[in-house]
Amino acid sequence: MRDFDYHLAADVKSAIETLRNSEDGKIVAGGMTLLPTLKQRLAAPSDLIDLGGIDALRGISIEDNHVVIRAMTIHADVGASDVVKKAIPALAVLAGGIGDPAVRHRGTIGGSIANSDPAADYPGGVMGLGATIVTDRREIAGDDFFLGLFETALEPDELITSVRFPIPDQAHYIKFKHPASGYAVVGVMVSKTGGKVRVGVTGAGPCAFRVTAFETALEKSFSPDAIADITVDAEDLNTDINFSAEYRAHIVGVLARRCVAALTKG
Amino acid sequence: MTIDVTLKVNGVERSAKVEARTLLAELLRDHLKLTGTHVGCDTTQCGCCVVHLDGKAIKSCTILAVQAKGRSVTTIEGLAAPDGTLHPMQEAFREHHGLQCGFCTPGMVMMGADIARRNPGADEHTVRHELEGNICRCTGYQGIVEAILSVANPDAVRKDHH
Repeated sequence: MRDFDYHLAADVKSAIETLRNSEDGKIVAGGMTLLPTLKQRLAAPSDLIDLGGIDALRGISIEDNHVVIRAMTIHADVGASDVVKKAIPALAVLAGGIGDPAVRHRGTIGGSIANSDPAADYPGGVMGLGATIVTDRREIAGDDFFLGLFETALEPDELITSVRFPIPDQAHYIKFKHPASGYAVVGVMVSKTGGKVRVGVTGAGPCAFRVTAFETALEKSFSPDAIADITVDAEDLNTDINFSAEYRAHIVGVLARRCVAALTKG
Repeated sequence: MTIDVTLKVNGVERSAKVEARTLLAELLRDHLKLTGTHVGCDTTQCGCCVVHLDGKAIKSCTILAVQAKGRSVTTIEGLAAPDGTLHPMQEAFREHHGLQCGFCTPGMVMMGADIARRNPGADEHTVRHELEGNICRCTGYQGIVEAILSVANPDAVRKDHH
């Protein structure tokens, strides 16, 4: 790892100021992706601005029928939160399944979403639940947030402050984990609110996305059979040595059907 | 950039001058000579470097030393009582043969203590799931899982197993 100047930010405003004044600064939240990236010298920022000292960025609350999770809330706290478990149990399951317990004690929701790692869990939750990303200056619909591989709608000096998840009637999340890394090869979040259905997918493509063909079919008939004959286009999906794009496309369908089955049984 | 880092390690206030890029694992091992914390993979996977930061298990290879400034770290060296009496998790690893070569053991014991703290009454499935981030290449995990179970949920461990 190359050395850098370290700054512990006192608040969001000063974090942004330090970032703007640095030559090539980076924000560190939990550091669970950034520190490994620095170790591999895939990034060598001039300055590291740590949000870890900003208590105002931590916490979970219910506001206006939304679960609001502030950006620096760690995965372990979301996974163990009685508020989240009661309002959106699938979100607690998602958070409680990220990485391993030690990673969940450091990794944050804001860091995960800002990074738009194609295999991260939270982006699938954002798409599947229709969350809104709140930043220091605006609100961004989750649908407009993930633009590509490690690419988001955030401005270079823009910080996520919280994420607002509307509380659905029902939701279910399943991920097919890479057996070695634990990252999502494919993760699917299905939610149902009134007559509306959302199907969010992570792991399969360059960034999280929705499967609108599934959503339309499920809104007509909320059953696994309703989407059994709809194929997901493998064209733009990820391929690696273990899992081809066609395989991932297939698994998207399998997991979506399993989510619907879990939500309709008994 | 050189930074003065003061933090509490095993209950004692310690200070060191470190580069900003110094990892907590490096501070512990190289500066404070607490070499019980092991670095296996250096990529957040193996769990040999697990310590407790303000009471929670973290991987000390994936946090900067400066990020632990002003906070409290417990390492494997600080787990036993000052008179040498083993921590219940250490005692359980001895009792259940939870180690062979010993390389992963500091991380396993620190994670085991964290698992037992968070999951009183845990079943075997939970313990195995929670051990996802700790890798042992010798034991096949059976003794490790039994050791952690015996602390988290004494009723779950069959006494006749070994």
